[in-house]
Amino acid sequence: MKFQFDSLDAFLTMGGHGTFVWTSYVIVYTILIFLTLSPVLSKKTFLKQQKKLLQLQKKSQDNSQ
Amino acid sequence: MNWQWFHRLGSPRWFYEKTDAWVPWLVILAWGLLLVGTVWGLGFAPMDAKQKDSYRIIYVHVPVAFISMACYYIMAIAGAVGLIWKMKLPYMVMKSAAPIGFAFTIIVLATGSIWGRPTWGTWWEWDGRMTSYLVLSFLYLGVIALQNAFQSRDTADKASAILALVGTVNIPIIYKSVDWWYTLHQPASLNLTSAPKIHISMLYPLFIMIVASYIFFTLVLILYTRAEILRRESKTQWVKDLALGVPSKGEKA
Repeated sequence: MKFQFDSLDAFLTMGGHGTFVWTSYVIVYTILIFLTLSPVLSKKTFLKQQKKLLQLQKKSQDNSQ
Repeated sequence: MNWQWFHRLGSPRWFYEKTDAWVPWLVILAWGLLLVGTVWGLGFAPMDAKQKDSYRIIYVHVPVAFISMACYYIMAIAGAVGLIWKMKLPYMVMKSAAPIGFAFTIIVLATGSIWGRPTWGTWWEWDGRMTSYLVLSFLYLGVIALQNAFQSRDTADKASAILALVGTVNIPIIYKSVDWWYTLHQPASLNLTSAPKIHISMLYPLFIMIVASYIFFTLVLILYTRAEILRRESKTQWVKDLALGVPSKGEKA
C-alpha cells in the first residue's frame, strides 16, 4: 500500500478536486464531533442542574422544619 | 422461552447502567476505525480513472447513507414496540434516533451535492434518489417537530411513532429510486445480491468506513438515549442519587 500523492501540495489540491473533497470531509467530521459531544454535554449540564435543584429543595425543607 | 431479556430492555435504568461500560469502548472503536478508514480513503486508495480524486467523497457519502436509512428503521421499529407493548425505553430510543438520522441525511445531501458538482456539473437535480432522500430528511424533521408539538409526553410519543411508521414506505422508494427513475444518480455499486462493482483496493477502506459508521451510530444512539433517560426519569430516586453522586438506594431495575 502506497501513498498516492507526490507531495503535500498534491494531496491538498487533489488535481483540482481538493476543495470538493476537503469541504465534504470537514462537514462530515464537524457533524460527527457534534453528535458525539452534544449528548455528553447535555447529560452533564442536566445532572449539574438536578444537583443544584435537589440541594435547594433539601435546604428549603430543612429551613421549614 | 425465557423473555426476561425482553422485559429488561424495557427498563430505562437497566439500559443506562448496562451501557455505562460500553461507551468508552465504542468511542475508541468508532473513532479509531473512522480515522483509519478516512486516512486510507483519502491518501492510500488509488485514484478513480473517470472521476479522478473527487470519488474520495464516496468514503463518507455511502457509509453515512447506509446508516441514515438503518437509523430510520430503528426509529420506526422502536416506535412500533412502544405503541404495541407500551414500553418507555423504546420511545426514548425513537426520540433519540430522530436528530441523529436528520444529521446523517444532512451529511448525505451535502456531500452528494458537493460530489455532484465536479461529476455531473450540477449541485442539485430533482432526480428520484435525491428527491426521496430530501423527503427522508423531512420525515426526520417531522418526528422532531412532533416531539416538541405536544404538552403531553405520551401523545407526542404516539404521534411521532405513527409518523415514523408511515414514513417507512419511503425507505424502499429511496433504495429502488435509482432503478425506477434512473436519471442522474448511479445505481448501487454495493449490494448484498451481487459482486461489488468497485475494485478491491478501493473497497477495503469503504468497508472499514461502513463498519465504523455502524459502530458510530450505535455509540451516538446510546449517548442520546442515556441523556433522554435521565431527563424523563428525573423524578426517580436512582436519577436523584446519580445527580447527587451518592450510591443509589432505589430498587434495582
